[in-house]
Amino acid sequence: MIIGRVAGEITSTIRHPFYAAKKLLVVDRIDVAGGPAGGYLIAVDVVGAGVGETVLVLDEGNGARQVFASTDAPVRSVVVGIIDRIDVTP
Amino acid sequence: MLLGRVIGVVVPAVVYEGLIGTPMLLVQPLDKSGQPSGRSLVAADATRMAGPGELVCYEGGREAALALDPWFVPVDHTIVGIVDAFHREEGAQ
Repeated sequence: MIIGRVAGEITSTIRHPFYAAKKLLVVDRIDVAGGPAGGYLIAVDVVGAGVGETVLVLDEGNGARQVFASTDAPVRSVVVGIIDRIDVTP
Repeated sequence: MLLGRVIGVVVPAVVYEGLIGTPMLLVQPLDKSGQPSGRSLVAADATRMAGPGELVCYEGGREAALALDPWFVPVDHTIVGIVDAFHREEGAQ
């Protein structure tokens, strides 16, 4: 899993039926200090995350499909947690 | 998924079974600020409605094929949505 910060939301009318009525978030990858790590991804939100929040993102297909109890959903990235705090042991 | 801009249409003469009739579009990947990033790629269009100039989101890898019907096809990128709006919070890095 990776950590990221929600940067925005995608609205889309024409989309694959699987994504109908699913919230899509644009998530910037960040490092443990909270700085940008470069890159971003668009992930389906299942926890109710909002813009500005630090989130935990699953970026792997089989786990993502398990979240949606499906064997054939075309999904790979899912926001599966909202992070309160990250403690790094020096 | 990532954002991309459709920059062209690819018309294959012969395709592998299962891909007959699937639209193939030339997509320029975009970075998080919407600027072109990296080399363009050819993506199957699962929406069947995307066209040149449109902002789309596409999935890569194994999941790309799962968006199509039939799904057991040799495809590595598929457009799964046409983006109407992309709201980015002010001050976001």
